[in-house]
Order: sequence, then structure tokens, then C-alpha cells
Amino acid sequence: MASAQELEVQQKRALEKKDEATVPARIYLPTTDIFETENALMVVMEMPGVVNEHADITIEDNVLTVTGRIDFSKYEKLQPVYTEYNIGHFQRSFSLAPSSIDEHRITAEMKDGVLTLTLPKAERVKARKIELK
Amino acid sequence: MALAFADPFDALFRFQRALDQQLESGWLEDLTTGRGAFPPINVFQQQGSDFVAIIEMPGVSKDALRLEVRGDTIRISGTKMVDYGGNASMHRRERVGGSFDRTISLPVQLDPNRITAECRDGILVLSLPRAESDKPKAIKVS
Repeated sequence: MASAQELEVQQKRALEKKDEATVPARIYLPTTDIFETENALMVVMEMPGVVNEHADITIEDNVLTVTGRIDFSKYEKLQPVYTEYNIGHFQRSFSLAPSSIDEHRITAEMKDGVLTLTLPKAERVKARKIELK
Repeated sequence: MALAFADPFDALFRFQRALDQQLESGWLEDLTTGRGAFPPINVFQQQGSDFVAIIEMPGVSKDALRLEVRGDTIRISGTKMVDYGGNASMHRRERVGGSFDRTISLPVQLDPNRITAECRDGILVLSLPRAESDKPKAIKVS
């Protein structure tokens, strides 16, 4: 496997907020891919340890906010002896272009700790093909 | 009356601080294949003196993961798939996919038959029971 590039660990980035959160816990930025298909904007976020019920997705004033809370109770009786990463909740926000998304048809799916959001484009912003006469 | 004002986050903070402090730990020393290799591993000690390894691997499905145990070493290998579908135009690309292969050796003898693995929500939990011969024995003072 000398030719294959080795997969490296991406360090978790802590969320830097302008305003402080009421909950003083550590929050990390989920690693995110955003890409556009013909009909939708796709947002893919890595949130290991977050179950469906603990993921929150909101859109307010054209800002998409995704929050994922981890279940800390699993760690309660464990004593760390060797660590390479820290644990914390996840949160990240993205501004969307005004009224570019059909907010009522947004779907979300969680699989293997990866959240996939499908944000269907509003009719207004879809690419229109122009016929040549 | 004493005020019972338990801070529900206190436990979390203490734990997060403990995680940070352990970063300098020499517990595995040269035994693992270097820090920075994917996937990142946390090793915890349970109350009964058995160990638990909690490994973060979002986007790795159960079928794409291979685990092998020999003596006190565990080999974790597999592939992390990052797929964008056909004709997508990228806006932001942060996730990285590829294959990985990592071996961890623990400084204790394990009981290979009782090791269990559970992969869920992008987290692999390996419970690593110590071999009977490795368990500390109480010595009676006569």
C-alpha cells in the first residue's frame, strides 16, 4: 500500500462564537462538504457520536444552523489513559442566499455519524436552459 | 439546609480537561503507529480494570471496516468513502476519504476471545478485557 496516500486525522476545530453560549461546554465545528447538484444544495457534515434525536437543524433569517449533541453519559465511568481527540458537541452555521432554498422540502439523513442535508433549490434560482432558435 | 446545586456540566468539564491532560501521556509510548494516523483513538480504563478504546471514524460503514486481534495488538483497517455523486459542483470541500490501516499495541495482555466491537454513529467502541493472567491479584498478608 505504498502508493496509496495515508489517511490523516483532521484536527477538530473549536467553534469561535461572537456571542458566548449559555452552556459553557466545548463545541466543535463539524467537518463539512457543501456541493450543488441540479436540483439541490447538499450539506454533508461529520458528527461522530451524534444520534438522530440529538441533531437539530434550523433555518432562520437565511442562516442554516446545525447542532449535534453527543451523549456524554457513556463516558461517565471511564478514566482516560491515552487520548488523541477531545469530545464535545458540534455546531456550525452557514448563511444562505435569500430565498434560494425551498425550506419546506429540506430533508436530512444521518448515517455512520455523517449528516446529509438536502436543501432543494427554490424554483426561482434553478438553472433554466435557453433554447436557441 | 445545604444547597444542592449540582453542576450538570461539571463532570463534562473535568472529563474534557482530563482528555487534554492525557495528550502528553506516555501510556502507549512507541507502541502505536504514531499519532496523527487515522483513525484517532482514545483509550479508557473501566472500573473493573478492563480497557475500552473509543475510535472516531465518521463515514466508515461497518462493512468497510476490518478488525484483527493478535496477542496484545489490534489492527484496524478499512476505507472511508467520500462520494459526491455524479455532476456536483463543489462549494466547500473539507472531508477527506481514503483507506487506512492502523495497529495499536496495548501494554497489557488481552483476552482475544472476549474482545467485542461495536460500530455505531461513526464511533467504534472496542471493549478490551484483560487476560486473566494479566489481572492484578490481591496478596494476603499473613
